[in-house]
Amino acid sequence: MKYQTPGTSKEAAVLLQGERGQAFVLAGGTDLMVRMKGRFVEPDLLVDIKHISAMQSIKKSATGFRIGAAVSAAEMGENTSLKKTWPGVVESANLIGSDQIQNRCTIAGNLCNASPAADAVPALIAAGAKVNVVGAQRRRTVAVERIITGPGTTSLRKGEVVEAITLPKRPPKSSDAYLRFTPRSEMDIAVVGAGVSLTLDSKLVIKSARVALGAVAPTPLLVPAAARAIVGTKLNKAALNALAEACSAACNPIDDKRGTIEFRTEVVGVLAQRAAKIAYKRARG
Amino acid sequence: MAGTLVSTVINGDSTEFVCQTDETLLQVLRNRLGLTGSKEGCGTGDCGACSVTLDGRLVCSCLVFGVEAQGREVGTVEGLADGDALHPLQSNFIKHAALQCGICTPGFLIASKVLLDRNSNPTDEEIRFALAGNLCRCTGYDKIVRAVRATANELGKK
Repeated sequence: MKYQTPGTSKEAAVLLQGERGQAFVLAGGTDLMVRMKGRFVEPDLLVDIKHISAMQSIKKSATGFRIGAAVSAAEMGENTSLKKTWPGVVESANLIGSDQIQNRCTIAGNLCNASPAADAVPALIAAGAKVNVVGAQRRRTVAVERIITGPGTTSLRKGEVVEAITLPKRPPKSSDAYLRFTPRSEMDIAVVGAGVSLTLDSKLVIKSARVALGAVAPTPLLVPAAARAIVGTKLNKAALNALAEACSAACNPIDDKRGTIEFRTEVVGVLAQRAAKIAYKRARG
Repeated sequence: MAGTLVSTVINGDSTEFVCQTDETLLQVLRNRLGLTGSKEGCGTGDCGACSVTLDGRLVCSCLVFGVEAQGREVGTVEGLADGDALHPLQSNFIKHAALQCGICTPGFLIASKVLLDRNSNPTDEEIRFALAGNLCRCTGYDKIVRAVRATANELGKK
């Protein structure tokens, strides 16, 4: 197995593009190394992106936040400015695994691993995050919900690498939240996940919202009907009921050892309601 | 088979080793450097028995490639004691019987050390969350939490 540590995103893309065998990006390695151990993948080339400066930091600018693809979930949790503006995105990243995993895992990796149950992804979709993708020939920017195409598969092409994930500038009275259901409080995989991001107007009425769900379909879902159910309201009972109904209706879950179809369909509504209430409370300040 | 030369610092000592690119840091520590304190439980980042520090951050060495240690500092359980003098965490693990079979202990010690370095007076809940990535099938955890608590109290008085 070849192991390369390119210094730029372009170099990483060229290496990935040029490999005839199986090439993988190594960020935190917390999913990749487990798959290698289980012999689900046998890479010919690993491209370690942690030496690429454009991927190493969290930057705040006039257009929002830019989180480099090599930034660990722990580093996100330590960034007070990011945490204040996007508490839901940060809490979703900080739910992944133990402290040991937190110090290695990245949200870009969580996205590209493309698990239906990925914790960071519903929160990123709700946040309206964009993905900066670098290819050997060109760069492109993609909405985060367009990356995962099915369990373990993405729309990234050969030779493409995620350089950063960006979060848009926040209007006043905005916030977000992410909740998941797991039997254990730590070290578990979401049975259901729900992310809600919203903005209030001066009268504390929800002006805009995005709702995204995890572990209830082959891919994390953006649910516009769920957002419509709460826009124009102050999250009264009728709005919360409509939110839960829209989420349950959008579900297409499987039965597995972690939860049944019926359980997931029911619980997704409850989680979305609770996440909406938390986001609302945070936005109101 | 030729390997990759890696220069690193382990427990404060400059160390060079040659390893294959697909070898984990845990394999390097145990099989090439003779540092067998770190244990392999699951090999998939679930049990924490292989916990070490990498540039001061707690990681599972089974989920780090040996070649990734290039230019970085690694801390293992072998670096805890000062010569023959045990680290207070080690003494308290013995005193509070916070181990039986001992396989998980090096990982718990490293994770506890990182916790106390960052938070000198953690609550029991903070201790339990900080050690959530370490599994112990013998003690039921209570004695481990007591040992960490006692160490925090002891270090706090100094």
